[in-house]
Amino acid sequence: MCRIGAIKSRHYVHPSQALLLMQSQQKGHDNSGFAMVMQDLGGIFENYKHLPTLSLACTDEGLQIAKAIMDARGFRMVHEWEPQTNRQPGLDIQAMPHYVFQTFDYPETYADASQKDKEELLLDTRLELRAGMEEDCKGFAYSFWPDVVTLKEIGDPRDIGTFFNIWEADDKFTAKVITAQCRQNTNYAIVRYAAHPFFIQGYTALANGENTFYQKNKEFQQNLHRGYIGFESDSQCFLYTLHHVHHELGWPLPYYKHVITPLPFEDVVKREDQQQLLALRQSLAHLEINGPNTIIGVLPDNTMFTCCDAKKLRPVVVGRDEDTVVLSSEVCGINEILPNRNWETDIYPNEREIVVIDNNLEVQRWKQ
Amino acid sequence: METVKINDIACNDLPWKIQYHPERCTLCGSCIAACTFDAIGPKMERRRITFTESATPEPKTRFTAQPVIAQANKIKNFCRGCGVCERVCPNNAISSSRNPDSRFNVVYATSTGTGPKRGGRNNLEVQARTLDTLRVGRISQMTDPSLDAQRHVFDCLAPLGRILPANSLPFDQAADGNLVQKGHTPPVHWIYPVIIGDMSIGALSWRMWEAIAMAVAYLNEECGLPVRMCSGEGGMPVRLLKSRYLKYMILQIASGHFGWNRIIQAMPDMVEDPAGILIKIGQGAKPGDGGLLMAAKVAEHIQAIRGVPKADLLSPPNHQGLYSIEESVQKMFLSFNAAFKFRVPVAIKVAASATSVSVFNNLVRDPYNIVGGFFLDGIDGGTGAAHDISLDHTGHPSVSKLRDCYLAAVAQGRQGQIPLWAAGGLGKTGNLAADAFKMMCLGANGVFTGKLILQMAGCLGNDHSRCNACNTGLCPVGITTQQPVLVKRLDPERVAENIVNYFLAMDVELRKLMAPIGNSSLPIGRSDCLVSSDKAVADRLQVQYVC
Ligand code: SF4
Ligand code: SF4
Repeated sequence: MCRIGAIKSRHYVHPSQALLLMQSQQKGHDNSGFAMVMQDLGGIFENYKHLPTLSLACTDEGLQIAKAIMDARGFRMVHEWEPQTNRQPGLDIQAMPHYVFQTFDYPETYADASQKDKEELLLDTRLELRAGMEEDCKGFAYSFWPDVVTLKEIGDPRDIGTFFNIWEADDKFTAKVITAQCRQNTNYAIVRYAAHPFFIQGYTALANGENTFYQKNKEFQQNLHRGYIGFESDSQCFLYTLHHVHHELGWPLPYYKHVITPLPFEDVVKREDQQQLLALRQSLAHLEINGPNTIIGVLPDNTMFTCCDAKKLRPVVVGRDEDTVVLSSEVCGINEILPNRNWETDIYPNEREIVVIDNNLEVQRWKQ
Repeated sequence: METVKINDIACNDLPWKIQYHPERCTLCGSCIAACTFDAIGPKMERRRITFTESATPEPKTRFTAQPVIAQANKIKNFCRGCGVCERVCPNNAISSSRNPDSRFNVVYATSTGTGPKRGGRNNLEVQARTLDTLRVGRISQMTDPSLDAQRHVFDCLAPLGRILPANSLPFDQAADGNLVQKGHTPPVHWIYPVIIGDMSIGALSWRMWEAIAMAVAYLNEECGLPVRMCSGEGGMPVRLLKSRYLKYMILQIASGHFGWNRIIQAMPDMVEDPAGILIKIGQGAKPGDGGLLMAAKVAEHIQAIRGVPKADLLSPPNHQGLYSIEESVQKMFLSFNAAFKFRVPVAIKVAASATSVSVFNNLVRDPYNIVGGFFLDGIDGGTGAAHDISLDHTGHPSVSKLRDCYLAAVAQGRQGQIPLWAAGGLGKTGNLAADAFKMMCLGANGVFTGKLILQMAGCLGNDHSRCNACNTGLCPVGITTQQPVLVKRLDPERVAENIVNYFLAMDVELRKLMAPIGNSSLPIGRSDCLVSSDKAVADRLQVQYVC
């Protein structure tokens, strides 16, 4: 099954660390792809933190379409980076012609716009880009958000690293938060969008498992928000639920866990807040997950968390040292990145908690 | 030669024929005493006997008059095939068999000027059911393990009550970030997903009613299953209204409003709220027709409860004066909600028909948040009496209609806001757990059942026209009669025990189905779990086709 991992650090970290983290778990995935989202960017993006960056993989034609859309919406490009790719023969990768990371200034009409209006604009623009390039796979718009870049590719993660020259650490392309997945493409034809992590309006989520409630989740979510589209992977639902609970309903993060894995009735009735918990369970019954899953998520303020399904059917470990916290499906991943940590403080989250890492790198365990 | 009376009714006109073996019969009279329909009786027959008195055969003939048991060839006393005579006969001398050449529908109408009526089973279309072409097909394996039905905790509860969408919940955030509730939310009760369906106290004998009530109390208080039962049209005994057991009862208000008076009068003395109110707009077995309670069954206590004199009682087909969903249902909901000060969920029961989805669509937009459930009743259901023609020729199966309602909710993003409950022939094969499970996968929050409860009690009827004499007041086992002699045949303790045992077995079976799909809560809307070996069914219900 897929392996997932995440790094959150005080210092800027190069994605080679994420590759290492995933590579040691190689037995657990099938080499069909690698994807990562980097947040809180350093290096060449450090000066543009307040402006949205678009992450694209596309053909020439796709690039034209994207440009036309961005122009029409009045975005002004202030920075562009196309990573040097290494198109050597023999690499197991289904590369696209272009990988483009473009940072834009907001349209002039948005000079005085509220935060919310800007957030909606960014989402709508990404959806338009996605739709515009969809036909004949002219391109993929993974994210369009300040301080975020996304890279997804089909192929062997090792070769993907070579292709993008990201085995060699440098200080140009770094971030303080990196989430990554090595995929195993069991159920679906390979679709680029299906690779985790998924991203919407500052929220990132990735999962290791299957969503047996996919049908239920999807049927409910597709009417909840215009941004809840695609459903290329059954785990995409977890992102949408996170966004719905935290962003749309405005409920604090602990309630996410109550929604996806509600307490059994016999436990709810013992709680002081039973009224609220029951109301939640009733109203959002279709967002429950009941199958085997571990979820890693990042909130717009870069808070990172992980939680599991209600029966704890999938593994996850949290390890740390002074400056870095690493989350991984298997402990060997953490050993690779933090070989000298005190492994006795590793956390194996249980089925009824959320492990949260805030921006001071404080690790908290919240009991559901 | 005697005139042959060709036009008289003969036994071979009737749906059932008696097989009698005089050589085994000891004339004990048990069968005659037991047959409540007077379908058999004693008769003298002139018999010719050949005998010999000498050592070598010298045949002589003698004629004697001999008593035998014979079938009555009267339209009023036709044999129902209930098999009670066979049960009681100590010598295996009598039984009934179906008459495939029956002319019953013709002779009944020609001699009575009216169509036949019977207890509610649909007999015309006895075929493989849609539900039986469905199987639970998504079985968890290595990557999504199945559960242990015996050890894991399962959450087998279903909601009754209006559920608000999350963004309308009256929540505020306290200083510590926790959600706190501000203001009223509609009442929601989490109950066992199988409700004992609405059978009226007039339709059932008092012992039967008592037995069900006893079983329900036992299931709640001793077994921990919060099973609810629904009264039928006609209210319930005042003593029960004022008892603490009322909390297990859903009060039905049907088109005749029978019994509602008493309920209102008992309100000041109620120590508990009822579990819910069910407004019956239509019923599945005989949609567009009213329930019949024959005068024969309107005993004194029924007259008292319903507040009517002894007469044939018809629950009108619809609530008279309610002619649009918007106006009238709102009015009813408001008044019934108000009667219990918005503490009791109020649900509505309609018949599965071409328009039930429109009704559901309308209700789902309910701006007052007072519709606490949508009970959808399909053609195969029904225990009450009705005209044959209604039972056989009207109505709609519930499976596809239920699915339509669920998908309508999905299309609007409102699934679950009005809990869907479905019934109609569920448990017809004896296995309610499987049927309930499949209905839930198709979108039902829970199911309700009536007929099967009668079968648990020992009802002899079946869907092949056996017995089905519930309308006559002559129920041979004392379930649907008010005649003291017949009611005594029913042992309420045994009945209660049967019902309790069945529910316990069903509960285990439900878990046995939830476990392999890896689900610890009810599989509402998990149509991905079902497969059908029938292409048409698979397409219609939008589930996977397998062959
Ligand atoms: S089968 Fe039933 S109705 Fe028919 S004769 Fe026997 S007891 Fe009477
Ligand atoms: S309830 Fe009584 S009358 Fe009705 S079918 Fe069953 S046994 Fe016959």
